[in-house]
Amino acid sequence: MSAVALAWEQFRFERKLFWRNPSAAFFNFVLPLLLLVLIATAFSSESDELEVLIPGIAGMGVLATTFTALSFNLTMLRDEGVLKRIRGTPMPAGAYLAGFIGSATMNAVLQVTMVVVIGNVIYGVDWPQDPMLLIGFTLLGVVCFAALGVAFSHLIPNEESAPAYTNAIFLPLIFISGVFYSADDLPEALKAIAEALPLKHLIDGLSAAMVGGGDTGTAALVVGAWAVLALFLAARFFRWE
Amino acid sequence: MDSAAIQVRDLFKSYGPVEAVRGVSFEVDRGEVFGLLGPNGAGKTTTVEILEGYRHRSAGDVTVLGHDPAERRRELQQRIGIVLQSSGFYKYVTVREAVEHFGKAYERPRDAAETIRLVGLEEKADARTKSLSGGQRRRLDLALALVGDPELIFLDEPTTGFDPAARRTAWGVVRALKELGKTVLLTTHYLDEAQELADRVAIVKEGRIVAEGPPDRLGPASSRYRVSYISDGGRVEHQTDDPTELLHRLTRDALAAGERLEGLEVTRPTLEEVYLELTAEGDST
Repeated sequence: MSAVALAWEQFRFERKLFWRNPSAAFFNFVLPLLLLVLIATAFSSESDELEVLIPGIAGMGVLATTFTALSFNLTMLRDEGVLKRIRGTPMPAGAYLAGFIGSATMNAVLQVTMVVVIGNVIYGVDWPQDPMLLIGFTLLGVVCFAALGVAFSHLIPNEESAPAYTNAIFLPLIFISGVFYSADDLPEALKAIAEALPLKHLIDGLSAAMVGGGDTGTAALVVGAWAVLALFLAARFFRWE
Repeated sequence: MDSAAIQVRDLFKSYGPVEAVRGVSFEVDRGEVFGLLGPNGAGKTTTVEILEGYRHRSAGDVTVLGHDPAERRRELQQRIGIVLQSSGFYKYVTVREAVEHFGKAYERPRDAAETIRLVGLEEKADARTKSLSGGQRRRLDLALALVGDPELIFLDEPTTGFDPAARRTAWGVVRALKELGKTVLLTTHYLDEAQELADRVAIVKEGRIVAEGPPDRLGPASSRYRVSYISDGGRVEHQTDDPTELLHRLTRDALAAGERLEGLEVTRPTLEEVYLELTAEGDST
């Protein structure tokens, strides 16, 4: 089988694994959508608030399905010796990682799609103004946060501490990056931190694609720069065991 | 094809200041079951993981099926099967799904059902891997190593933690592999396992091979035959390098005196005695 065919097999296998793992399916799919529905119902009946919340939840979905899921899963697979076992077979490393990361990408795309559909069907938000830009920012976000997830897994010492490590990044990041409310309302110090990190800019980009406005050039530049750095770190420090 | 399956010459491996392997040399012929026997920390696993392509050697020459394993050629990985000391499974798949999935990476995989049968896991074929017992997990390890129908199989402590019945089953699988003409490199710290399975054994101590040969002929030059019999209610024991001469003398004298040599035994030192002697503390021969 060619490397491409093996990557495809690995992708299909990862999809099967994902749907059989109830906690992964919950945290990756149900939780962001639940937050969307709860917050939209409780606080954001105004359409301008929904126009902040929906791109915000979409950005959070990208973060959860790539960064959190990949750093957590890689730590587990490494800790349990699954990566080492795969390393001992003729499966090419690139094909394995392509299938593995491709599955996370699939989750991110599904997540963004569901957020957009729920926003329109339930809350009456308009369909995205610029679908191509939405696809572009989603994929840029996936590359950036998937690579950050792989790179971050190198810092996690073992399986048991993985949830603590990933949540220590995930939770503060979503609170300062304008997932639930506009990041412009934050104190200056927090705003400066959020400006330096990629999630706020991904949400800006998704927002520009969905509801228009915003500086897409800066957003793309910051997320792209983080993606380049993360890809370098992920490749440089990758460990199989 | 007549060259050895594995050739190791003057292999060294250090981790920082620690020398785990200090000049190991051995060859494994095709179709042979070769055992690396030694206490924990002797350097067995380091040696095997260099041969498997997981670690880079510090010095020495290593050839596995004609390749340098450090190059990690796919061509070589196609022809070897690896059972690591411990490695995990995908949790949410069945035994059959795991075996089928791993088989895809190989050019000529063994049929999944046949592989599962070979290791005796038919009854668990549709069970999730996380429901398996320790011994069953080890058999799945073996199945995943055999699904590519490899010529050469590395088994790193394949039966550690097994109950006696499970060990017998695992031994049966190794014998079946030998009958199929496969080459097996086995590490173990169980003497009976080496004695039972290996055509040749190398005893490893502190990163060096201290003895090598067929298990029943292994031993330092000092080891001697023991001849014993019962006389006047007690066992009399003689040690000798030349049992033929001694037995001739003993039986001649006994016949002349009209006595019987009750309970006559001629024994060589067991592998266990040789092993204990060679790996004793403070002895660095």
